[in-house]
Amino acid sequence: MLLTPIRLLGRNVLDILQKFGGMTLLLSQILSESRSIFRDRMLVIEQMHLVGVRSLPLVCITSLFTGAVSSWQAAYQFEGFVSLSYLGGATSLAIFIELGPVLTAFVMAGRIGSSIAAELGTMKVTEQIDALESLAISPIRYLAMPRFWAAFLMLPLLTVFADVIGVFGAYIVANNLLDISTTMFFDSVQYFFEVRNIFGGLAKAFAFGATVAIVGCFVGLRTYGGAEGVGRSTIEAFVMSAALILINDYIMATLIF
Amino acid sequence: MIAIQNIHKSFDRKSVLQGASLTIETGASHIIIGRSGCGKSVLLKHIIGLLQPDQGQIVIDGKAIVGISKNELYAIRRRIGMLFQNAALFDSLTVEANIALGVREHRLYSEPDIRKKVAEKLEMVGLPGIEPMSPAELSGGMRKRVGLARALMMEPDYILYDEPTTGLDPIMADVINRLILRIQETTGVTSIIVTHDMVSAYMVGNAMSMLHDGRVIFTGTPDDIRSSQNPLVQQFISGDSAVEPVSEK
Repeated sequence: MLLTPIRLLGRNVLDILQKFGGMTLLLSQILSESRSIFRDRMLVIEQMHLVGVRSLPLVCITSLFTGAVSSWQAAYQFEGFVSLSYLGGATSLAIFIELGPVLTAFVMAGRIGSSIAAELGTMKVTEQIDALESLAISPIRYLAMPRFWAAFLMLPLLTVFADVIGVFGAYIVANNLLDISTTMFFDSVQYFFEVRNIFGGLAKAFAFGATVAIVGCFVGLRTYGGAEGVGRSTIEAFVMSAALILINDYIMATLIF
Repeated sequence: MIAIQNIHKSFDRKSVLQGASLTIETGASHIIIGRSGCGKSVLLKHIIGLLQPDQGQIVIDGKAIVGISKNELYAIRRRIGMLFQNAALFDSLTVEANIALGVREHRLYSEPDIRKKVAEKLEMVGLPGIEPMSPAELSGGMRKRVGLARALMMEPDYILYDEPTTGLDPIMADVINRLILRIQETTGVTSIIVTHDMVSAYMVGNAMSMLHDGRVIFTGTPDDIRSSQNPLVQQFISGDSAVEPVSEK
């Protein structure tokens, strides 16, 4: 009776450790296969296009409305306590440090991480991964390595777009609905601005990009069980990525800020 | 020559191969028959190193492949072509890119030579001019033939066929069988064919082995198998479920 919950806990802990070990091993294999990154640059560029350029519209919409809502909510919380002249600084700081990198990473986890898991998972269950191996082509080099570098490099770039558009969204609301002048808003942004905050946010974005790609590849490459298995992997990739993004976010926030 | 020596393989707690041993002579067209789920495809995947045995060894032309480094294994694989059960064509690539992927990645030929060779292999499998098509546009038989063209592209010494006629109508199955025979005759390649289609087995094989309960229980020529007194062999080749002594698993 007493053993069952302990056994369950033990099994879950073992499962988590096994996944963590598997992802660390995959990362080391990807880094080892990265020796051929120049030779395989076209594969990386193709993935950068898919990961970066194609994600841009979604990132723009998400960050525009995130900036807008953070401006509105901040104004609501400032009411009666803090002058609205600080609104630009407060919202831009939140966007640079937290909202920009984290929400962009979530968008990428949903759009790219799940898509990597589904694509590699389908290839696994239809023996396409075995077919690559049979041609003496390493699936890690051919499939995982380009996706890893594409996500690692493009997520910070998308975060820069998210930061700029997010601040613009905040400004639109502040200027049009809260009667804060352009000068007042951007003076406040400038007053609170520190380069350290931008770099801190971008450092997070690099880590999140790596996380999204590693999780997507790891989950995809161990898919089993046909179409149902692919569906399961797609969900698992998003859930794992989201959890790891938040854990990483906390660890990095304590280290950087 | 390929020597499979006392291979054991389990998945979780299910034992699939339990001491399978087999020798495949160079230049042979060796058929491996057996009931569904008896471990035929698992055995085939061991030969190309896609699976590692729990115990046992596989020796290809004097080179033991179990436990060797990835680079050594890849060097062996470049001499082996494999046709997968459902062809396993890469969905995102055209027929031309599918067939050429191996030689492009290994930089074996120049681009004009690659294009010429792809056209040659497609001609060989009876599908000339379909280079720009995508795998989704192909029928089951066409997919298998493109898969075969891909396997042939690296000019292998061995070709492994995993259920080459499964899921095809009898006429297309015959087309595939004739193709296997023609490739055998024209290239002198060693073929290892896993199947439970006895029509195909008799047509293309000059050596046969039967796998049962994870072990090889019979090896001989097609004539030997016809005259075998082994009841398991007789039951399988007659396809009669009522014959003793085989129980349904």
